[in-house]
Amino acid sequence: MPYTIAEKILLKHAGLKSIKPGEFIQADVDVALANDITAPLAIAEFKKSGFKKVFNKNKIVLVPDHFAPAKDLRSANQCKVLADFAQEQGIKNYFEVGRMGIEHALLPEQGIVLPGDLVVGADSHTCTYGALGAYATGMGSTDLARAYIDGKCWLRVPASIKFVYQGKLKPWVGGKDLILYTIGQIGVDGALYKVMEFCGPVIEKLSMDDRFAMSNMAIEAGARAGLIAPDAITKKFVAGFKRKPKFYSSDPDAVYEKTYVWDVSNLEPVVACPHLPSNVKPASSLKDVKINQAVIGSCTNGRISDLRIAARILKGKQVARGVKLIVFPATQKIYLQAVKEGLAEIFVKAGGIFSTPTCGPCLGGHMGILAEGEVAIATTNRNFLGRMGSPKSFVYLSNPAVAAASAITGKITHPGKI
Amino acid sequence: MVIRGKVHKFGDDINTDDIIAAKYLVSVDAQELGKHCMETIRPDFSQAVSPGDIIVAGNNFGCGSSREHAPLAIKGCGVAAVLAKSFAAIFFRNAINIGLPFLESGDIDKIKDGDVIEIDLSSGIIRNITQDQVYKTQAFPEFLQQIVHSGGLINYIKKTVKKN
Repeated sequence: MPYTIAEKILLKHAGLKSIKPGEFIQADVDVALANDITAPLAIAEFKKSGFKKVFNKNKIVLVPDHFAPAKDLRSANQCKVLADFAQEQGIKNYFEVGRMGIEHALLPEQGIVLPGDLVVGADSHTCTYGALGAYATGMGSTDLARAYIDGKCWLRVPASIKFVYQGKLKPWVGGKDLILYTIGQIGVDGALYKVMEFCGPVIEKLSMDDRFAMSNMAIEAGARAGLIAPDAITKKFVAGFKRKPKFYSSDPDAVYEKTYVWDVSNLEPVVACPHLPSNVKPASSLKDVKINQAVIGSCTNGRISDLRIAARILKGKQVARGVKLIVFPATQKIYLQAVKEGLAEIFVKAGGIFSTPTCGPCLGGHMGILAEGEVAIATTNRNFLGRMGSPKSFVYLSNPAVAAASAITGKITHPGKI
Repeated sequence: MVIRGKVHKFGDDINTDDIIAAKYLVSVDAQELGKHCMETIRPDFSQAVSPGDIIVAGNNFGCGSSREHAPLAIKGCGVAAVLAKSFAAIFFRNAINIGLPFLESGDIDKIKDGDVIEIDLSSGIIRNITQDQVYKTQAFPEFLQQIVHSGGLINYIKKTVKKN
């Protein structure tokens, strides 16, 4: 029976002879991830259950990244729950401040998630690892507590939707623009309960960083996962990691619920306007929108190539008066690389800040909350009402080039104009 | 299981930041979270809810983050059930796992804010007491009903893991 890449991974982990969309399965997880917001609830549920030891201490990952470094006393207490649990259970994949990073950049970087894995994370952007050809999906804390007990999760096998991107990308257009365009086309529930599978000549040429940005936002279309079949680029990325990857690809006659084929040769850098990621317009059509803050970073666009793009635009330039530029690399490794390459210096000389890794600004946690009436352009993934602070603030989502260009002019700007 | 209560009506794409803003995620206490439920979009919501009330919403309810604090906040403020045209996938499983009753229905547009309705989770029958109407929807698949009847995922698993 022909299968999609998602179905093949689920079949393997469910230990069944066959599966079909709509069916409930119990599957073995390779990685169970949680952060300082979701882990305390998972750990509390695990402790309440009466079980004493986690099923496998090597498959559990704890990353305090959302309100870390602790933004206040209550956050500090939540972060400490993770540290204590890691200590008690002997969990080595606990990443303390100073060694941590934003989870969805950190795990691939450290070789903790690999192609072919089934990854469950108590964080909706767990779908990021789909870029590696892993079935990775966001769940809740109770799901994690259950995985701590017996290493399994329940799933309803989703149908897949195929997205084929043809043509050649214009300058300043990347993975972020492709996924924003896609969400703009199908809507925030356009892939509800489904797997998105991204393919075609444009995807084949896309760097891993751009692929991560795409898969990261599959959840913003309601999808359970956003998968890209592993190829030479993926294999190069995972070469050298200790654990062995498994490369799956979809059968030529696999069944898709729908297939979209788009020629994206004319796609311009795009921006998702308040207050939904599907409210997508060309950046050039928003040149009158004034901004107070430009945020470059996050699990979507806080990787080294994102910072290089931003630095290329900001080099020798000044951030506009009245604009706060906040750059936050996603991991310590990326941070150090940005320092070595002189990128950090470019951001600071331009009048921006270069922050330690944290999810803080993206979810209105800390390190850049928006005041009433303020407008931000951000390379993050959500622009919901009040997402970054006041319910009377406004968030526009873009790629790093648009955010950097906008920081210089103080208005939403096509990077080609700089 | 039959739930009867007053309707609080919401639109499409009610996201988890609407349900409980991130700044309150420094607690895992349902009562405390409940005080801030829907605060961003309806600041007086938690005061307006009487225990047993029902949220009725449009498409894609609970989209966004994986925070289980969202269904917990809904439960914590006294809401007994949620009815929507469709639910976002993570919210769907979180609600199942923590035992927050909910149903999907295509008849949402017929229900008005303030109506009193009665929903029967096992048969999928919704009675609009105020308007004297009956709507039929699909009950949950057997597997999901088992989790709900066990009182949530952990209780369900405890039975099966012990058996093994």
